[in-house]
Amino acid sequence: MPAPEVFNWLRTRFFPHIWCPGCGHGIIMHSLLRALVGLDKKKSQTVIASGIGCSSRMVGYIDACTVHTTHGRSLAFATGIKLANPDLTVIDVMGDGDCAAIGGNHFIHACRRNIDITAIVMNNNIYGMTGGQISPTTPSGSWAATSPYGAIDPAFDICKLAEGAGATYVARATIANPVQAEQFIKAGISNKGFSVVEILTHCHTQFGRKNNRRTPIDNVNFFKANSVPLNKAKDMSPEELAGKIVVGEFVKKSIPEYTEQYQAMVKRVGGLKDGK
Amino acid sequence: MPDVAFWQGNEALAHGALAAGCRFFAGYPITPSTEIAEIMAEELPKINGRFIQMEDEIAGIAAAIGGSIAGRKSLTATSGPGFSLKQENLGFAYIAEIPLVVVDVMRGGPSTGLPTKAAQQDVMQARWGTHGDHGTICYAPSSVQECYEVAIKAFNAAERYRQPVLILSDEIIGHMREKVVPPKIKAKDLLERKRPVDVPEKFIPYLPDPRDDLPCMASFGDGYTWHITGLTHNEWGFPTNSPEEIEKMMKRLMRKVDRFRDDIVEYETALTDDADILVLAYGSVARTSLRAVHEARVRGIKAGFFRPVTLWPFPDRELEKLARKAKTIIVPELNCGQMVLEVERAVHGKAKIVAQNLVNGELFKPEEILSVIEEVA
Repeated sequence: MPAPEVFNWLRTRFFPHIWCPGCGHGIIMHSLLRALVGLDKKKSQTVIASGIGCSSRMVGYIDACTVHTTHGRSLAFATGIKLANPDLTVIDVMGDGDCAAIGGNHFIHACRRNIDITAIVMNNNIYGMTGGQISPTTPSGSWAATSPYGAIDPAFDICKLAEGAGATYVARATIANPVQAEQFIKAGISNKGFSVVEILTHCHTQFGRKNNRRTPIDNVNFFKANSVPLNKAKDMSPEELAGKIVVGEFVKKSIPEYTEQYQAMVKRVGGLKDGK
Repeated sequence: MPDVAFWQGNEALAHGALAAGCRFFAGYPITPSTEIAEIMAEELPKINGRFIQMEDEIAGIAAAIGGSIAGRKSLTATSGPGFSLKQENLGFAYIAEIPLVVVDVMRGGPSTGLPTKAAQQDVMQARWGTHGDHGTICYAPSSVQECYEVAIKAFNAAERYRQPVLILSDEIIGHMREKVVPPKIKAKDLLERKRPVDVPEKFIPYLPDPRDDLPCMASFGDGYTWHITGLTHNEWGFPTNSPEEIEKMMKRLMRKVDRFRDDIVEYETALTDDADILVLAYGSVARTSLRAVHEARVRGIKAGFFRPVTLWPFPDRELEKLARKAKTIIVPELNCGQMVLEVERAVHGKAKIVAQNLVNGELFKPEEILSVIEEVA
């Protein structure tokens, strides 16, 4: 049961939620809400956008300014909202399909632009809602509805993608460590720029069933057994790191933020006399 | 704003949008609409508006919808291929009832087609391009002056009816230069979305106002929390599978344009009182057609002219009245016959209909339309 101040952020009117019993998405939602409460955010000044899929249904359950957009496009909607009103705290929750497949273009450009949005990527390595098809983060060799002979596609590393594209805060946690997930989300929201927090979660229903991680606890144990902190990973060889999940903060840097740059331009061309 | 200007159609559209209160533009470069983005990039920062060039056409409309959700009157502009890409999020704006203006400066298609040549091939895409049922409001200007004027009308309609509104211009109108006398716009000439009157605790985002069947809209950031979704939803904005709630939402969405149809429909006529032959045309083709009609009158042929300013909703009842008197209606279009289908529906056999089509990238010449008038006379 969440603390009362966290519970206050829920739209219990819309319960029960659509997630399977034991789904990791609820753990991420709880981490996000604790982060928002911890940062003393106001509901009416907090925007949470999402795309399509199980993960994206989260926004319906959170009492804030929420927008459940089209598949993969949530960062483009969020960019419009943030640019129109930079005073808002803007968060974008998305799945691995949203982020790295259909929305890949929006993801890399949001990183490049360094607009002050925090993207929380709920990576369960599968398209769960549609019945368990491979996603761009499905590990090679996995079994899925569209890889009946084992996946031959290589997987994206979302954190490396974000770092390469220019995000100014990049971190990874797993649902086996929700306190760390909360800390990274807090750090992401506090970063003045584009932040990516990848949180590995599971879909025991669609992915676990075919890949020997049938129950929620199998998945939590898998994450615990295979997570390696970044400082430890630095001393490990690629062979030792094979199949491991490196967790930690990969990027923390400060460069000018997009909406601040925009406001500076408005000021420079004399646009501030017209009010908002 | 100058008293008199010498503008291209795209320039007039951009200045009309600014006069209408547009303070947000997101888009992607595409011929022949790019001048609209360029002018917005220059003008919006000077009035603390927002311009952003997005990574693609899809992101262009998505960001513009986001701008509107955050309370700014928003515009995006494109041409055929980009209009195709925007269709999914256009549907989002219909179902989520987000005010927005989308300009499509038509060029030849299909696909990349004829980027620098005029066409009118997006008429049906404007009506049916996004999947699912919805009412459409779409203006087709036929002069540079009218580009300025329909921009203001489109923003007013988007705010008034809480839905995306389309402007179908074309390459000829977009790029030709004409004298424009920008009308003096007063605050009362501009409509703004209805804001909620209830306190945040009592706000039900999609509860229609019984007076006009339309819900009030809060902006993100002005004190209300609410949920927006592209899923079929109930009055709370929350996804529903209840047949009663689904039907309620769909029927109200469809009623919007039907209920206010007479307020929205606009058309222009000339010489129709005694006309045996009507030429129905829109956009750039209307200019050539009107000239042909005058030439026909000089030759003693009782020709008349009918121009829908709103392609959607189509002025069907008004045309049907005239069709009872006319023998023949000629419909010249820069496509293989799109608006003519709507003319056939409206006229319903009361007059003979002759389609005149041109898709070689050229314009109609007045004598080409005149020769068809003479043939049927």
